[in-house]
Amino acid sequence: MSFRSVIAVLGVLAVVGLLVFGLASKGSSGLAIGDPVPTAALPRLEGGGSGSLAAYRGRWVLVNFWASWCEPCRAEAPALEKFQRAHGGPRFAVLGIDTRDLSGDGQDFVREFGLSYPQLRDGDGGAAHDYGTSGVPETFLVDPRGRLRLHVPGPVDEKTLESSVAPLLPQGKS
Amino acid sequence: MRARAILLAALALALALLAPAAGAAERASLTEIEKQVMCPVCGTLLQLAESPQAQRERVFINHLIAEGKTEAEIKDALVAEYGNEVLALPPDSGFSLSAYVVPILALLVAAAALAIGVLRWRRAGGGQDGDDGAPRPAAPSERDSERLDADLARYDL
Repeated sequence: MSFRSVIAVLGVLAVVGLLVFGLASKGSSGLAIGDPVPTAALPRLEGGGSGSLAAYRGRWVLVNFWASWCEPCRAEAPALEKFQRAHGGPRFAVLGIDTRDLSGDGQDFVREFGLSYPQLRDGDGGAAHDYGTSGVPETFLVDPRGRLRLHVPGPVDEKTLESSVAPLLPQGKS
Repeated sequence: MRARAILLAALALALALLAPAAGAAERASLTEIEKQVMCPVCGTLLQLAESPQAQRERVFINHLIAEGKTEAEIKDALVAEYGNEVLALPPDSGFSLSAYVVPILALLVAAAALAIGVLRWRRAGGGQDGDDGAPRPAAPSERDSERLDADLARYDL
């Protein structure tokens, strides 16, 4: 193969490589049941500092991605708060992640619905992307080993939470 | 003395009139900012977005405009909320600088490669042949030229 041919092949490979990289970096990876979930630290929505799912290792966690501008998120918020009050404890917690939202709007949302469970902030949507979400709201149940056990795209309600999530949790007050 | 006082008064008046105009020129406008920032959820310019998130972003910008923030301050505030991806054009610092530098470097490399290619082609005798790649015929000899002229002279062209 001549020098020119090698250069041409390398050029084509470089272009194809760039296209593949571009598509791969834009695409959402998505999580399958049993996959370890991302644990990158995120700022807290209120009070400063940061938090991470890694801090919940050993507990069941219901991770809920939401945004204040999202109507279905408003519809499901009371059900999530009720579920947290009923099942929250040393072995289970709901964790909210406010994504692609204004922090002030997110804080108002938390106050409006009286949400008592912890809230993290994902302003640029990086965490939502890492979880493979396609919108808001989306909810993920993570087991004590940090692996995905259940994924609910779209809003949850009391019935879904009690019929799909509660049976997976340890018996009694979690 | 009186003329100087009038001149000073006129100068003060002119300054008083110009100062608000200068301030107004610096005042940020939603229309201008909308062209420079994205709606992060829609993936389009805010100017083109109509989603609920875009509406909240506009309210946020208008609020900052009302507070007297400059365009740069408002864009900084948006970056603090949504990250760098909210900017339609990446910042010209850090890794994002490559978005500006790489295309220019690529253009320079392509131009250099083209120039080297053309030089090599010319050295190899390129351009000496006809369009169909066949060698160009040699120039006619003096005798052939005379015959050609004589032939042409016989025709009334």
